[in-house]
Amino acid sequence: MKRRKRFDGWWPVLFVAPLLAGVLLFYIWPILQTFYFSFTTWGVFGGATWSGFANYVQLITDPQLYVSLLNTVIYTAVVLLGVPIAVWLANLVNTPGLRFAQLYRVLFFLPYVAMPAAISLVWRIIFNGDFGILNYFIGLVGIKGPYWISSPGFALAAVSIVGLWSSLGFSMIILGAGLKDIPPELHEAAELDGASPARRFRSITVPLLTPSIFFVVIVTTISSFQLFDLLYAMLGAKNPVMPKTMSLVFYFYQSGFIDNDKGFAAAIAMFIFVLIGIITLFQFRFQRRWVSND
Amino acid sequence: MTSSTLKTRPSRPARSRSGARRNGSHAYIHVVLGVGGFIMAFPFLWQIIMSLSTNAEVQSVTPTFWPAHLQWGNYVAVFERLPFFDELRTSIEVTVIRTLAQIVLCTMAGYAFARMRFVGKGPILAIVLSILLVPSQVYLISQYQIVQGFGWLDTVFGLVAPGLFSAFGTFLMRTAFLRMPAELEEAARIDGANPFQIFWRIMLPLARPSISVLAITTVLWSWNELLWPLVVSTDSSKMPLAAGLATIAGDVTINYPVLMAASLMAMAPILIVFIVLQRRVIDGLASSGLK
Repeated sequence: MKRRKRFDGWWPVLFVAPLLAGVLLFYIWPILQTFYFSFTTWGVFGGATWSGFANYVQLITDPQLYVSLLNTVIYTAVVLLGVPIAVWLANLVNTPGLRFAQLYRVLFFLPYVAMPAAISLVWRIIFNGDFGILNYFIGLVGIKGPYWISSPGFALAAVSIVGLWSSLGFSMIILGAGLKDIPPELHEAAELDGASPARRFRSITVPLLTPSIFFVVIVTTISSFQLFDLLYAMLGAKNPVMPKTMSLVFYFYQSGFIDNDKGFAAAIAMFIFVLIGIITLFQFRFQRRWVSND
Repeated sequence: MTSSTLKTRPSRPARSRSGARRNGSHAYIHVVLGVGGFIMAFPFLWQIIMSLSTNAEVQSVTPTFWPAHLQWGNYVAVFERLPFFDELRTSIEVTVIRTLAQIVLCTMAGYAFARMRFVGKGPILAIVLSILLVPSQVYLISQYQIVQGFGWLDTVFGLVAPGLFSAFGTFLMRTAFLRMPAELEEAARIDGANPFQIFWRIMLPLARPSISVLAITTVLWSWNELLWPLVVSTDSSKMPLAAGLATIAGDVTINYPVLMAASLMAMAPILIVFIVLQRRVIDGLASSGLK
């Protein structure tokens, strides 16, 4: 009988070539080209000339880089606050025999599937300084609500709140899948030993859930670092607060496609790439300290 | 917490134990999840209410919790005041083409990477998967150049092009095919089936759950995507819905209820698909672990 140590002739070429051609043309080549672009300066009428590290020097001396970086970090931090909330909520939804559990899952997950460009428009009105319903509710307890969308700090807060709202359901779903993998015998044994539900949550659920929590933290961090859609759609590209509120990816978009400085934008892209790489590496190293893999 | 906890016998099976036990504390769980769920759903409810109000009602300082007369005409005005129909058609075209292309290309490549032997398989797979490590901004500028070079700006070709190919989809399908038993292939091979027949008749039907995950994620990602459409389209009648809505957001002449009706209609297809297929979508996304 033939073993698997056999080559399949030309069939694999037929199977892989279409995808590979597209990947090389639309991804691998562009990655190399962007790296090259980051060392070039673009003329007004097109054409790139080699300019060495000029873009990188300009980038690290541009205050806008640090504003964008700080805004991105703040946004990411707020969205990450959702992870412990998601652990708590996922554990509640996964209570055995809970009625309406599927309905709750759907409600929490709805924001994740909603088109960011569309739902941002709704939030934009909810956050409106004059007639937004949020300020109405805040007013009921006697606080005068701010003009969220037109004051830089509050605009970033508004976008962050919406980011938290839209990512919570995704975290809950991933964590819920992790919770199902925890053997019920552990809880039963602990219960016999007299452990309270709170104690079991702390000593069994959370430690055994760390691989899922870790995964959620990584995915959330990477996607939050690429904040663009909510910011663009909630504030509008021409909003006067944008310079103080923009994210790294918006800074990239503005440089490359509004100011049409593609060499500089390429340098920003490389910066984002390296930054996400470092964060991911750091998280994987840090993982050993707190993730249990048993 | 409750007295029934103490009476629970150790040998009871898990199902009855949990069913009987925590009824006392379920009330607290329902309050937390009920309030939380309402907050999550509130923007959608508010959107529906605003879409049925007059512009004056939306802008009144004391909120109009229920409009005096339901303004169904706002939904008609969407088609008169915005290029909604063109944008909807573009969104559908882009999403359908991408989803079909990814299913074909990713299942075939994923199958070859999982089940076939060929020269350079490891390095080629590494090249494809390396894209997963790279944020999209890194290839965006150059993709734009390529699409511009082909003369595809403001066309469906330009909108769909890079998204026809997916490293994530290939990875997903490869994993699915790796899990399948080798005996099936061997049996078919002895019966004289060629590799394409084995793939098409035997393996592909077995991979259906993973294919549906791929389809769901691609539809979701393609329908909601904003940055790429903003980059390659400038003419609002040639944009997909996401870019069209984001572009008019700052337009002061637009009236809020019409905008709410438009944004609700733009999201509706995905929301309806999700609500109808909720269990499969949630389980699928949980198993794929990625968008």
